[in-house]
Amino acid sequence: MSFDLALVRNKLSYQGISLGIVALVASALLSVGNSLTGPAIAEAEARDLQASLAQVLPEGSYDNELLKDTITVDGMLIYKARKAGAVTGVVFQQAKRGYAGDVVVLMGVDAKGTLLGARVIKHQETPGLGDKIEVAKSKWIRDFDGKSLENLPADKWAVKKDGGVFDQFAGATITPRAVVKAVKGGLDFFAAHRDEIIGG
Amino acid sequence: MSNYQVFKEGLWSQNVVFAQMLALCPTLAVTTSGTNGLGMGLASTVVLVASNVLVALIRDFVSPQVRIPVFVVLIATLVTLVDMSLNAWFHDLYKVLGLFIALIVVNCAILGRAEAFASKSPVLASALDGLGMGLGFTLALTVIGLVRELLGAGTLFAQASLLLGPGFAFLETTVIPNYGGVLLMILPPGGFLVLGFLLAAKRITDARMARRAATTDFSAAQGA
Repeated sequence: MSFDLALVRNKLSYQGISLGIVALVASALLSVGNSLTGPAIAEAEARDLQASLAQVLPEGSYDNELLKDTITVDGMLIYKARKAGAVTGVVFQQAKRGYAGDVVVLMGVDAKGTLLGARVIKHQETPGLGDKIEVAKSKWIRDFDGKSLENLPADKWAVKKDGGVFDQFAGATITPRAVVKAVKGGLDFFAAHRDEIIGG
Repeated sequence: MSNYQVFKEGLWSQNVVFAQMLALCPTLAVTTSGTNGLGMGLASTVVLVASNVLVALIRDFVSPQVRIPVFVVLIATLVTLVDMSLNAWFHDLYKVLGLFIALIVVNCAILGRAEAFASKSPVLASALDGLGMGLGFTLALTVIGLVRELLGAGTLFAQASLLLGPGFAFLETTVIPNYGGVLLMILPPGGFLVLGFLLAAKRITDARMARRAATTDFSAAQGA
């Protein structure tokens, strides 16, 4: 069989057809793979989202399905936490430019506008310097818990270097500045649209 | 060359990074810690073994003229399948490794082994070649990662339990507590620096081993 093959292999038609067959088999495999893994991937991603939402809301503060109870206000997707029907908090994202690209902060706010929790869910800051904004690397982000526009005047919403109350990191000021700005921006947004967000 | 030799070549004398100088893009990009290096190395090993076996299986049917596109399609398909299955069924692992999996496609060592070895060798030898090259790559990445991590952050295998499961938490060592860290080592230039010094160290070791082997041969010849 192999001496036959050696002859056939040099024919242009064989080469074209064999390449075509390989491409066909590859696409078939990929589509089978996609349909097998698709539902599991969607489920895993929903679980991830649910878990990150739960991080910025106090345990037991809600009994609804967060992923299904959403509202869009001014182009922003907002997840609502309810207990026995009453809104106990909302969760949404805020992005501000950091040292390298956007720093995306997920924040939970209660009905009065007090911050329940904040987590950085996406960033490209310098490893070892700016990445202390991750809760896995440092407790820094927890300093925001319980802050609101009422208990902290606007000019104190800054890192200490700029006269505010939040620590900066040695060697990285731009990164925490971006997070502070994002959280402040989120609270401002909530204050501006409070009735729409809670009532709707 | 025996199958054992094929396996051994990849670990040291033909090491993908330290001898062939291939796959430097993933090597320099992900080795910011020992854990990352290990993860990338293991994921590449899986793909390398699978692609070598596949290529060896179909090697007689592929015309030399179209072999490169055939191998590229195979490798890309394989990596995508690995990526999707990890994402679906090992989602926690995927969150750590996900970034690296896509990078494996651009790992020229995989196409390199398909072309240089698997397309001319039987299946078993190709599998062993893939395993040896893959483990050699893993070794190189882990060592570079550990050196950079130690100098840059003062730890070893930080967050290994995220990658390998809680059972491996014992690997996580803080060598120098409250260490400020030489940030340069974590940043890209550190990758080049560490790679350069490790390459020099390997050359010196090899030269020494060659000299010792030569002296033994000489004295053996004299004795005879």
